[in-house]
Order: sequence, then structure tokens, then C-alpha cells
Amino acid sequence: MNQPTPWDADRAREIVDAHLGLEGPALPILHALQEEFGCVPEAAVPLVAERLNVSRAEMHGVVTFYHDFRRTPAGRHVIKVCRAEACRARGGRDVEAAFRRLLGLNWHGTSADGRVTLEPVFCLGLCATGPAALVDGEPVARLDEAAVAAIVEEVAR
Amino acid sequence: MIRVFVPRDVAAIAAGANRVAEMIGREAAKRGLAIEIVRTGSRGAFFMEPLIEVETPTGRIGYREITPAEVASLFDAGFLVGGDHPSSIGKTEEHPWFAGQTRLTFARCGLVDPLSLDDYAAHGGWKGLARAIRLGATDTLEEVSLSGLRGRGGAGFPTGVKWKAVAHAGAARKYVICNADEGDSGTFADRMIMEGDPFSLIEGMIIAGFAVRASKGYVYSRSEYPHANATFAKAIEIARAAGHLGRDVDGSGFAFDLELRIGAGAYVCGEETALMESLEGKRGIVRAKPPLPALAGLFGAPTVINNLLSLATMPFILAEGAKTYADFGMGRSRGTMPIQIAGNVKNGGLWETAFGVTLGEIVSGVGGGSASGRPVRAAQCGGPLGAYFPTSLFDTPYDYESFAAAGGLIGHGGITVFDDTVDMAEQARFAFEFAAAESCGKCTPCRIGSVRGRELVETILAGRADEATFETLTDLCETMKYGSLCALGGFIPFPVMSSLTHFPEDFRRAAPRRAAE
Repeated sequence: MNQPTPWDADRAREIVDAHLGLEGPALPILHALQEEFGCVPEAAVPLVAERLNVSRAEMHGVVTFYHDFRRTPAGRHVIKVCRAEACRARGGRDVEAAFRRLLGLNWHGTSADGRVTLEPVFCLGLCATGPAALVDGEPVARLDEAAVAAIVEEVAR
Repeated sequence: MIRVFVPRDVAAIAAGANRVAEMIGREAAKRGLAIEIVRTGSRGAFFMEPLIEVETPTGRIGYREITPAEVASLFDAGFLVGGDHPSSIGKTEEHPWFAGQTRLTFARCGLVDPLSLDDYAAHGGWKGLARAIRLGATDTLEEVSLSGLRGRGGAGFPTGVKWKAVAHAGAARKYVICNADEGDSGTFADRMIMEGDPFSLIEGMIIAGFAVRASKGYVYSRSEYPHANATFAKAIEIARAAGHLGRDVDGSGFAFDLELRIGAGAYVCGEETALMESLEGKRGIVRAKPPLPALAGLFGAPTVINNLLSLATMPFILAEGAKTYADFGMGRSRGTMPIQIAGNVKNGGLWETAFGVTLGEIVSGVGGGSASGRPVRAAQCGGPLGAYFPTSLFDTPYDYESFAAAGGLIGHGGITVFDDTVDMAEQARFAFEFAAAESCGKCTPCRIGSVRGRELVETILAGRADEATFETLTDLCETMKYGSLCALGGFIPFPVMSSLTHFPEDFRRAAPRRAAE
């Protein structure tokens, strides 16, 4: 995975300014900041607010409303496990438990060595071949405990 | 050159399609055979993925569930000329799972290279738009009304009525929005179109823009769909470069452009007013209606906001005529529905058919029963806000009115099957947990009710419930149903109350057990 660059206010301003031509640019800006810095750090909030001419409180509200925007960078590997009904119907709850147990992480948790982050996700559109997950953006399906163990071993390398 | 088709749909990739494609290329090179590998969308039979096909003079021959290790044996069996192999399903079109469908919206999906304009045109693409431009905006609106198409997002509102309201709204600036925020578990139709036939959506949106005189369109998709978004973004570029988008669409003088926007993991943004707030760069908080989006939508301008399937069906309706479309279906449910069969089901995938087949025919007939081999116990229809149907209601015909009469809804066409190991009280608890996590927080019934509801079901699961608990739960569901601002809070009672009504034993089980201890 790409390593996020450390926070740089000038670079952040460049990113924000590149999106100012869009209508309602807040979400594209926040996505782009997260892409660059691995998260939307606290320092970004007043910076974006100022450029978009909204209050800091309003921008804080936007950043914190959406599940995707992280306040600190994720681990080097990100595992997003589907928790929704169709995966639950196919043994998803056992798969969820296996990920949590084998990684020693709770939802949204990152391992102490910064290697892996475990995120819940509600539906990846792989509902006929669940339980499913995205491992560093790549889809995996028909998961069972053995498959989970293999994934956990892979990201531990 | 012989053409081999390997899907690039994310469900096929999850089943190993990329490695299979790579292996086919390598094996062909090794044997000195000239082939062209075409990466298509999925035909929807996810249980057969990776389903690869070979073009022969008599039609396409399919080979199902191919593993990379199997590829060499396919070549040995002469699959390039349709040779026999244990994984062969013969002519794909003649396989019962495909032959039983009526594919209108998904006619091209899985057949064509999603990013090839030549393929799109060769399979009937752009004919609908060309006819719309010939007809003019007024007659195009009439066609949409006559087709009887109802919003495929869930609410089932007549699309023609919606479009006419926007068309007649006097404003210099109007918008078309495609709601591709397909967050419902058990649904994947929007994703499949974006990955497998993106130009049909682009054409549908141009038709919408032309009919209502809007010059800008937005597609609001999900961050959980990175593959679909990448394909669709490319499709927009390709269409623009070819003159289908821009200042002069196909030389008609009509100006229309499109932009793809990605959400950020909030389920409630699938609700149309929350979606517009999000597009405007705000928290995805639901707006009170009225005003309707048709009159004051995105940035306060008149806005057509439709589900992806409604828009992607427009090219067919305009190309073939409203009557052709309306001839399918039953009662007030006209046309076809891409049904998505998911969960614990043997033959899961997307199966498009005219309205009117029964739920049982879909689950048992098409779906082949449970994947686990255990008896089917329930099917949740219409996503996480949809009702659980017990098998005793499996004779319900699949159409808007019959489902409503049975206390459920069709929603976005998802059907999630559960076998007899499901604990329905736990499913009810999960419905509340989901609502509590995803509530936008604007209205009290949903914000507080979802949390209180979860607590009540937890009390039941822990065996600490008495009659008053059940009364409170029922009363809470009534309040949420009638008092919530949008469908998130308003429909959560569907999974909860249907579980309680049809599967009371799962809720009552805990109490006596505890008493007996």
C-alpha cells in the first residue's frame, strides 16, 4: 500500500484549490486529502473551512458525519469485512468473529505495530457469494475461517 | 481471431477471474494460438463465476467456475471451438438459468466489453437517445409516462410524473441525479451496470437531461464500490471524447455533461434528500418534504433524481417504444425487474424477469433453495429495511402491490435467503443496530427509536422480557413507522415486525427457558 505523506499545509491548500471549480466540492476535497495524507487530520478542518467559506464547526460536522473519513491514518493493510444481512446469511458472523479473534482487534481498530486496520462495512455488492471482504481494496468472497486465517497470515508478513 | 470472454465484474474477480484471464493468455501464447481476451461485465450468474465464454459460429459456449489450474485442461479439450469439458454449460443462452429470463435493462451486461463504444453501438446502444432527440422533449416525456416505469429504487413512484414536474418547472438551471448509492444488502444491480454496461446509464441520463432540459448530471456512487467507480469514470471520459457528452450532444445542439461523485460510507445518503445534501458538501441529513426535489432539489434547482436502474432502462424504452416495455409485467407493475437473489442460496445472482413470478419460484426455482442444503426459513426482500417473508408467504407474486398487501416491499429488488439456522430475534436486533449506526439524527423517532429498539430486543434475547416489553416494542415500531422523516426510520419496523409476526417462537424462546432454569 502507498504510504501516506505527512501533513503539509501548503500541499493541502493546493489540493483544496484544485477542487474549487466543482459545485459542492467538500466531499471530493476530503477524499483527496485522505488519499494524500491517509486521513483528514484536525489541522485540515480550519483550512478547508476557510477556503470554502464555511465555519469550522460546519466543516467539523461534515468530516465527522461520514464513516469513511479517518482522523488518524489507517494501518498499512486495511481489511473491510462485510457485516450486512446477505453475508450473515452465509456464515458471516463466524467470519467476523474469526477476523477479530485472529487479528486481536475490534472494529475500527489498528494493530499496535500499525500493520493492519479492521473496518466493518455494510455491503460490498458481493451478496450472492458472501461472506465477503475487501483486503487492501481487492475483493475476496466465499470466506470461511480457513480463508480468514490465510488472509491474516498474509497481512502479517 | 477467436474471442474469449472473461468477466471483470468484482464478483468474478473475487472468484479468481483475473488469474484465470492471465492464465488463458499465458496458455494461448505457449501454444502459439492467437486469441483475443475480452473482459466483460458479469452475466449475473454469480454461482457460476468465473464463467468464461468462447465465441463460436453457433453462439457463445460457457464454461463455469473455472480455476486457474483448470485452464490448461480447457485448451486440451478444445474449448476454443466449443469443445466438451466437465465445466461446459453448452450454449450459455440456452442454459435454463439464462433462457428463463427477460433481459431488457441487462440485455448487454456480461456480453460486451463495457468500455467499448463499438460494442455498445453494435448491441443497440444510442438508439434510444437518437429517437428521443427525433421525438423532442415533450414526446419523450410522453413515452416515459406510457412505459409505466416506476422508480426502481424502492418507492415505486411513476418516473414519468416525476420527469414532467421537473420539465414544467421554470428554471434556468436543472439537474439530473442518478442515485447509485446502492447500500442495501442483497443488491448489486447498480454495481453490475456501472461495471458491465456503463454507457446505458450514461445514455439514460442524457435522455433524462434532454427530456427535462437539464444540462448537468451527477452520479452519486459508493466508496464501497471502487471497481465500479473506476470503470464508470473511464466510461464518462470515453463518452465525452466521442461527443456523446458536452456542449453539443451527438450534434443535436443539446448541452449535457456528467460527473461521478463518491459518497463516504453513509447509508442514509441513499435517501434522495440526504444524497443531495451530501452532493452539496454537507452532512447527509434528510430534508423535510415538501418542497419536492422536482421543484427545489440540488442547490435549490429543479432536479430529477432517479435510481440507477430506472435511468439505465431508458435507452430500451426509448429505442423499442413505451408499449413494448409496458407489455411486460402485471397490474400496475409494468416492465421487468432485475431481481437480485442473494444470501444463503444455491444459485445466487441477478435474474431479470417481468413482474408476476412468485417469491417461491424465485427462491426455490431459480435460486435452487439454500446453499447450505438446509431448509429455507425466510427471505428478506428489499434490503435491510425490507420485511422477512416466511415460506408460507412464498406464493406472493413479485409486484409492487402484492408485496405491499403481504406487508412487505420490493425495494431495489434484493432477496436475501436464510436457512433454518437463522435466529430471527437476532435479525431484528441487528436491524435496530444498523439503524442506530446509520441514522442521520435529524428526527427523534429514528435517532432515539433505533437505540431504544435495540435495547428492547436485547432484553428479549437475554430472556428478561415480559408482556410490557413486547407492547413497547410494537408501539415503538408504530411511532417510527409513522413519525420518521424518511424511509430509514420509517421502514425499520418492516424487518422487526415481520420477524416478530411470522417467527414469534424466536422471540418467546428465551423467556420460558430462563424461567425453567
